[in-house]
Amino acid sequence: MRQKVLVLYLANSALDAPTIAWAIYDGTGETRPMAGDNDQAPYRTGVDALKDGWRLIQAAQILPHSRGDEFDLAYLKYEFFFEKLVEIAA
Amino acid sequence: MTAPLLSSLDMARFVARGFLRFDGVVPAEINDQFLAEAGEADYPKPGRKMLRTYGELLANARIPEVPPGVPLASAYPQGSAVDRLLDLPLVKGAIQSLVGSAPIFDHHFLHVTFPPAYYDAAGGENVSQHTHQDSTIDPSEGFDLQIMYYPHKVTREMGGTRFIPGTHLRRVSEVALGRYQNIAGQQHMVCEAGTLLFLHNGIWHGGGVNHSERTRTMFKIRMNPSQPQVRRWDMATLPNRPAERPIFFVKTPQAETVESILMTPEPWFEQDTGRLEYVNRIKLWRHLTGDPTYDADHWMTRLENPARA
Repeated sequence: MRQKVLVLYLANSALDAPTIAWAIYDGTGETRPMAGDNDQAPYRTGVDALKDGWRLIQAAQILPHSRGDEFDLAYLKYEFFFEKLVEIAA
Repeated sequence: MTAPLLSSLDMARFVARGFLRFDGVVPAEINDQFLAEAGEADYPKPGRKMLRTYGELLANARIPEVPPGVPLASAYPQGSAVDRLLDLPLVKGAIQSLVGSAPIFDHHFLHVTFPPAYYDAAGGENVSQHTHQDSTIDPSEGFDLQIMYYPHKVTREMGGTRFIPGTHLRRVSEVALGRYQNIAGQQHMVCEAGTLLFLHNGIWHGGGVNHSERTRTMFKIRMNPSQPQVRRWDMATLPNRPAERPIFFVKTPQAETVESILMTPEPWFEQDTGRLEYVNRIKLWRHLTGDPTYDADHWMTRLENPARA
């Protein structure tokens, strides 16, 4: 078994919110996803990924904002990690 | 010849999206001169490491080594391709508008992306560069200017610089964001020879993988302002007061104004932080205009209402 990982960044904390960024890492070695390789999101929402068999394994926490830092923006907030376990030939 | 300064609408586009693109504006004669001065990489040879190939290319290039901190005006030999490029009226005017008339040279680099044959010979992996923001976390109010110069035509097969409009106001730490492979609205610099991309230093970007049969060359120059970045562009185009527009409940299309540009979202905006992006654009516009009371679409007025203090 090998793990394939899908990371979706959604427009808000709901799993059925639209996808705004994405990444795929393929432990089977069959494909080599990389930065800038696809301008179209693989799934419209996180729920669409669930419907296609991806298992949600981590979701970003919703954190309060520190006083004085309310308008400082950095990394994308709504990050969801999914996995698929794939059988590979022995 | 007088250098044409940027208009207020162009400045607003830079503030909102972090870039201005000028396609095919560098004459072919300068492009050819630059490519001759940059030189060409040696042919791929089995077992020779990519770093060695790249190192030899840089060593042989007729582009000077320049220490940071010198005036940009004295960084390049008179008559060299980059000196001539920086002397183009459009380039001079845009630089003056964004970082003033006496910018300081920060650094430059000859970015060369190699085709698959080099990796086949050297044994490395031909992949794109992770998306990143240059230098370090940068909490300053102003910005440095980075010019990316494309001296030859770039096709999609050649990769091109990838960048994500509107990411420049995010305070991130270099390649900490490398996990994000693709972001809605990302652009790839597929362009004609002689194209220039003027970037806010904070824009997220990365080099695309080259699947073509020739090397791809891009020359980047970073420069710092030496004077306050306040009211350096064409002030005749700056409205006396912000356009007063209805918000949310809007029945008809509205004219393009500084405010409409600053309030235009990017496809990757999160639904909540997209509004904070607007706030941060307003803050940058305040800084550049020297007007601490400026507002667009009531975002700051609501927050700064003294009756609520």
